This record gives sequence, structure tokens and C-alpha cells, in this order.
Amino acid sequence: MSAPEKDIISPAGYRPAPDLFRILCQTASLLTVLMLGWIIYEILESAWPSIQKFGFDFMTTSAWVPNRERFGVLPFIIGTVASSLLAILLAFPLGVAIAIFLSENFLSASIRQTMRFVVEMLAAIPSVVYGLWGIFVIIPIVKAFGDWAVGSMGDFPLFSGPAYGNSLLTASVVLAIMILPTITAISRNALASVPKTLREGAYALGSTRWEAIFSVILPTAAPGIVAATILGLGRAMGETMAVAMLIGNSSRLSWSILSPSGTLAGLLANQFGEAQGLQVNSLMYAALILIGITLIVNLLGEAVLRHTQKQTAGIR
Amino acid sequence: MDSIASHSLDFFDGDRSVSSKTVARSVTNRILSGICITLSLLTLVPLASIIILLLQKGLPLLGTAIFTELPPAAGMSGGGFGNAILGTLVMIAIGLAISAPAGILSAIFINEYAPTSRLAQAVRLVAKLLTGIPSIICGVFAFAAVVMTTGTFSAYAGGLALAVLMLPTILLTAEQALMGVQSAYREAALGLGATRFQTIARVVLPDAFPAIMTGVMLAVARAAGETAPLIFTALFSQFWAKSLNEPTASLSVLIYNFSTVPFPHQIGMAWTASLVLVAFVTIANIAAQTIFSRKN
Amino acid sequence: MQISNEAPAKLTTDHTNPPERPDFISVKDFNFFYGKKQALHTINMDIPERQVTAFIGPSGCGKSTLLRNFNRMNELIDGIHHTGDIRILGKSIYDKGVEVISLRRSIGMVFQKSNPFPKSIYENVVFALRISGISKKSDLDECVERSLRGAALWNEVKDRLHESALGLSGGQMQRLCIARAIANRPKVLLMDEPCSALDPIATVKVEELIRELKRQFTIVIVTHNMQQATRCSDKTAFFYLGKLVEYADTPKIFSNPSEKQTEDYITGRFG
Ligand SMILES: Nc1ncnc2c1ncn2[C@@H]1O[C@H](COP(=O)(O)OP(=O)(O)O)[C@@H](O)[C@H]1O
Ligand SMILES: [Mg+2]
Repeated sequence: MSAPEKDIISPAGYRPAPDLFRILCQTASLLTVLMLGWIIYEILESAWPSIQKFGFDFMTTSAWVPNRERFGVLPFIIGTVASSLLAILLAFPLGVAIAIFLSENFLSASIRQTMRFVVEMLAAIPSVVYGLWGIFVIIPIVKAFGDWAVGSMGDFPLFSGPAYGNSLLTASVVLAIMILPTITAISRNALASVPKTLREGAYALGSTRWEAIFSVILPTAAPGIVAATILGLGRAMGETMAVAMLIGNSSRLSWSILSPSGTLAGLLANQFGEAQGLQVNSLMYAALILIGITLIVNLLGEAVLRHTQKQTAGIR
Repeated sequence: MDSIASHSLDFFDGDRSVSSKTVARSVTNRILSGICITLSLLTLVPLASIIILLLQKGLPLLGTAIFTELPPAAGMSGGGFGNAILGTLVMIAIGLAISAPAGILSAIFINEYAPTSRLAQAVRLVAKLLTGIPSIICGVFAFAAVVMTTGTFSAYAGGLALAVLMLPTILLTAEQALMGVQSAYREAALGLGATRFQTIARVVLPDAFPAIMTGVMLAVARAAGETAPLIFTALFSQFWAKSLNEPTASLSVLIYNFSTVPFPHQIGMAWTASLVLVAFVTIANIAAQTIFSRKN
Repeated sequence: MQISNEAPAKLTTDHTNPPERPDFISVKDFNFFYGKKQALHTINMDIPERQVTAFIGPSGCGKSTLLRNFNRMNELIDGIHHTGDIRILGKSIYDKGVEVISLRRSIGMVFQKSNPFPKSIYENVVFALRISGISKKSDLDECVERSLRGAALWNEVKDRLHESALGLSGGQMQRLCIARAIANRPKVLLMDEPCSALDPIATVKVEELIRELKRQFTIVIVTHNMQQATRCSDKTAFFYLGKLVEYADTPKIFSNPSEKQTEDYITGRFG
């Protein structure tokens, strides 16, 4: 009597088959993790000769003369940071305004929907198309603005002449448009996750719309908006093609935002194709620095975002 | 002044000093709303400008030759960029062949098999980090890993760069898709005695499939528009590729190369290529969203 | 966790107040629509001054909708409209000259889920004053103490006024929201199920508070809890499917309702 019962539960000689699919999935996971290691290893290995030769000086010197084997990326680090910060400065007010526009009901829902679509379209346009558009539209505008600015504010170092079309400002204007969707989307999420009850609380006390926005809604969403800004900064720093096409790719340091400048990503885009010997190693080194900078910025942004989500979970 | 003030009495008191303050508050409120709306609508300007220019400068050269002929040499006219379109498609295909299995299988592992394992946590972290690294780094990596090893620019190198670019998008959206499958389905299947694999293959994956495809389409859209990973991995070629192991043209690199030359015909071709590229990316994005919304 | 038995501060003004108006808030032929959906049907009622009026009825019968019309909070929703009128002290709240922000400032509102702003306790209480442009420290300090005493919260929080309001317990948060609502000395206090998210002990405290506050404010409270209505209201209105079925003194509604629907509801036969 008991034998057949036992058979149903664990038939004689039964061994659960190894789940091959599980092993396959586990292998894929392992490969994904190893991918990052592989990336770092390949770049580090190729950069090694340059790291050994130049060490830390690579980041603090500003000569980039391939035929004399002198390499220093200070101007490109500064250019990366400066162009991104200027882009953020331009994009932040716009991005937050659009995020507020999208989360408030100034205009009908269909207009808001259209606006959302516009912002998504901006995100979908390839970087190289922004570059092409910038050459034809933004360069002439910035050049005209630059000539005027040099004339009226030229004593101020940021606007000292001569004004160029391919300049830090040109690149930053286009970068600002390119990172607008990032800033808008994350800020909008932050605003949308402000509990409805807080909004109602502010209105019930007699706030006008903007009193509610400034005193309750924005402060509550502030960490999320900060995260949006940091992540936008990270995107701007890694952005390559549009910047390479517009910034002028100069390694000369200048205070003026109307002068050509250069970024790490732009340097890589311009020189890798024809690089030889130590130049390749130095470009790899520059790539490592770019990875380092963007990684720090992105991790910071993610950390703020995660903290924010925890905090709003607390308010709810 | 008087008439405004008398129209906005504080509800119970009718206190004039309070009410003039109320008027000021309402006016400030209106002004701020106006500023916010104006700033938002300002965004329409660049988008409209880009679209208008794409049509104005891109449409004139658009014809069948564009898809079938080779790029014109410097200063010459005529021609097309059939090889670049083909190259873009081939490299996306190579990228997908690597990143789709890796991404989807990893997502299955971290959501279905061992969500809390060390490996799963590492996968999530790596995917997040890969999302954040600049696209040009994918190119730098493929240059080091493939171009420097094989000694030639190639579609393989470009495809590998695109694979790295696409992997995190595919992986993270697939994970979201699997998380969206109700656990009741899994429990029902397991409760009927199905194995893990049967549950995943017959219940979980069919339900999550549209959302996974959305992620794949989004990754394709992004990869199609990227230039940076290809510029020194696939490089460019004036000719039809005979193998995957030689420099290969792509739409985005063609735009980059032609946009900085002094010949109007080539610049016109860069605009036409931009139009084709934006159309392709937009269609891929819309496809992604349609798949997604059909599911919901 | 510790609950003090501090009584709400005695409010001094009630001796000098003029006699109560029976129609402090007066609702006339009021219909209300969310888009096409009609949520209130021809409501007529007078709400007396400095008494507690309770709205009861099954979920979705329109209690909140009517309450949120008294300070025009429904206007935050797109596509709403109304016919008929609501008057407070004889003056229509829909009059062209009425600024909605003044109206809301003159009427306090407490919500089902306590909603302290993520600011300090102090800043929560003085919020309404700050947006009215009052920033004199002595005025604000006076207001904080008066309001927190009024909400029976002063003794519990007076030593940590500048700490975040999010550190308070659920019951304390709700009383803070009451303090915030009365800070600007409104005439009316609207409460939408103020105790439904609170534990029984916190509920008792808020009910005591409500009985105390009616000396100074005209209170309208939405509640799901019929014991609560009997414990702290003077008049009760029973709503069903967007209609006002019966409106009378609370003891009468609960002991001798004139409508069959009311009786069915209070005896738990539906709802
Ligand atoms: N924002 C809204 N949009 C559309 N309909 C609503 C909205 N709020 C409430 N309603 C509807 O109005 C009716 C009355 O709701 P409510 O006043 O909240 O009921 P109660 O507070 O009595 O439970 C319900 O049928 C509800 O579905
Ligand atoms: Mg309700």
C-alpha cells in the first residue's frame, strides 16, 4: 500500500533534471557583469603606457602635441565641466518651468500632452543631427550675439573677444536643448510624486497657485529636481557628436565663453580615427578620466534620487 | 484702483488693506503663470526649427537613388547612401544579436531565478552604471577590444560598441516587464506542478513579451542615432561592404563627415541622411510605444 | 506615544459673541457635476453658526463633494460645474467679487489623511500667515502658541517647534493640521473624515477637541462613524446617492428618523 504512494512523491531513481535554462540565464548574468570589467580592463590596458609616462601630470598640464608626444588634458577637463555647467545654467530654468507646466493645469490636458510629445521628440533627435542643425542655426546666432557682447561687455573676461561661431557658448546652447528632456522628465516625476494631499492642504489655507508651488510643491520636490539637474549634468558631460561639431575643439584655455574650447568626449571623437602610438594610449587615458567624471556625477545623481524616493515614501 | 479693491473684499471682513494685498497676490500669480507658460512654449522653437530645416534641406535630394547608390566623391554630385543605410542596419543587427540574448536572459535570472542573489545585485548595478557611461566610451572599448586586436576597423567592432550601448536599456526594460507579470500567474503555474522553466516559458514570457519588445525597440532607436560609438570602430566607407570585417559606412557617420565639408551637394546629402535617420528613429520609437500601449 | 490629557485652551471670545445665526452657511438648490456625472442633486440646507453639523451616508453619496464646495476646493478639478448657490453669512461664495483665496483663508479645512507639509511644526502652523505677508516674529509666535493650544497639542510639542512635522505620531499630525487650519482665525472649520486614519485613542482626543472648538467655529464634519456623529455633532445630515435625505437635530436622526432610508442606514441594513 505504501509503496505506490511513495512513488508518486518521489519515484524510484528520480533525480530532478538540472535546470539548463537557469544555467544559461546565470551565465548571461555573469557575462553582463564581466562586461563592465572587460570594458575597464581593455581601456586601462591600452591607457597603461600613457599612465606610466605622464601619471597625474596628464590631468594638470595643457599641451596636446601628438607629434612631439606631449599630452595633457587639463583644457579638455575644464572644457567638459564648463560647457556642461553653462548648459545646465541655460536648461535648468526651462526644464523646471516645463516640468511645472506639465504637472499643473494651466492649459488643457491636450496641450499638455502635446508639450510632453515635443519634449520626447527632442530626446529622440540624434546628437549628430543636433550638430548639423547647430552649424546652420546656432552658430550664426551665437556669432551675432558674440560680436554684440564683445562690443558692449568685452571688458568682462567671460565676453572678451574676438567672438567665434564655433565656441563654448554655441556648444552649451545646443547641449542645453539636448539635456532638456532629461531634466524635464525627472523633475516632472518629482513634482508628480508630491502627494495630492499636500497640494490641497496649501490651497485650503488660501494659497494662490504659485504660493503653493513655491512654498510647498517645489520644496517637497526639490531633492528630485536636484537629482534631475545632476543627471542632466552627467549627460551633458558625456555628450559627444554635437559638441565635437560645434565647440571648435581647441586646447587653448580661455576665459571667454565666445572662444573655441574642447571637451574630453570631443577630443576622443576627433582624434581616435587617425591616432598612432602613444597618442592612442593617451586618448585611452583621457577616456578613463571621462568615465571617472561621468561615473561620479551619475552615482551622485542616482544617490540623491534614491534618497528622494525614500523621503517621499515617508510623506505619503 | 478703487474698483479693483472693492471687487476683492476679504470674504468676511471686507478689510481694505487685506484685499489690496489679495489683488497683488493674484496679479503676481498671473504673471508667474504667464512666465511659466512662455518659457515652456519656447521649447517649441528649436524643435520646429529642426523639423522645418530637415524638410526644407533634406527633401530635395530624397529619391530612390538615395537608397541604392554609393556616396559621391568630394565635390561630385549625384549618388546616394545605400551602403550607409545597409551598414547601419547590419551593425544594429550585430548589436542586437549580442545584447538581446544577454539582456533578456540576465533579466530573467535577476527577476525569476535569484532576485536577491549577489549576482543579481551586481547585474543591476552594472546595468545602472552602463546606462550612465557616455556612448563614446562604448566606441573606445570596441576600438581597444576589436580594432586594436584585428588591426582593422569593422562592422564587428561597430556592432560590439552598439551592443554595449543597447545592453542596459534592454536589460532594465526586460526586468521591468517581468516585474509587471502578476505573481499570481507564476504561483498558479507552479501550483499545477510546472517546473520553473515551464512557468517562465509558457506563462511569464508570453505575458511580458510586448513590454520586452518595447525595450528592444527603444534600444534600436537609440543605437540607430548614435554616431560616437561608430566613428572610430566602423569608421566609414565609400563602397558596399564585402564582409563584416572591413570599414563600414553608417548613416550617422555619413552625416558627421559630410556636414563639415565645403561642398553644398554633400551638405545637402547630410540633411537628407538626417531626415532619413530621424524618420527611422521616430518610427522605431512610435513602434516601441505602440507595442507597449497595446499591452496595457 | 505618550498622550497628555491637556484640555484644549479655553477660548475667550465666546462670551461676547452675538447670538448664533441658524443659517450661517446656506445651501440653495445646489446641483454639482463632475463633467457629465451629477454628484449632488438639488441640495437645500442651512448650517447653524458655532455648532457641529455632521454629514453621514454611504461612500460615494456626495458628502465630501458638498463639503469641498464650501471653500471651493472642487475647483482644482477640471470639468466641474454647479447650479444653485451657497451663501455664507448671507453672501454668495460664487459672487464675482469673491477671491477664492480669500474665501479659503477664511475657512479652515482638515483632511481625511493628515497632510503636514515637510517643514517644521512651527512653519506648518504659520503657513497661512506667511502667505498673507505677515512675518513679524511676535505675531507668528503668538499665533503658534494660540493655535497649538487650540488644537490641544501645545504641551506635547512646545519643546520641539522647529523640528520636522513628519516626526509626529499620526494623531499629533492630525491635530497639527487642525492647528494649522485655525491659525488664521477662520470662521468655519470643515473636516472630511478627520479621524478615519487614527487609532481609537487619538480619535477620542480629536473628538474632544471638536466639541471644544465649536465654541469658536462653525464646524462641518464628514464622518463614516455614527457613534462619532452622536458623540460630537448637534445636527446631522444624511445623504444618499447625491441627495440630502434627512437633516435634523442629531438625537432625532438617531432615535427617531422620519425617513425609512435613514433608519435603514443607521441600523446598518445597507451601506
Ligand atoms: N474628482 C472626481 N471626478 C469625478 N467624479 C468624482 C470625483 N470625486 C468624486 N466623484 C464622484 O462623486 C460622487 C460623490 O463622491 P464623494 O463626494 O467623494 O463621496 P463621499 O465623500 O460621500 O464618499 C462619487 O460617485 C464619486 O465617484
Ligand atoms: Mg469622502
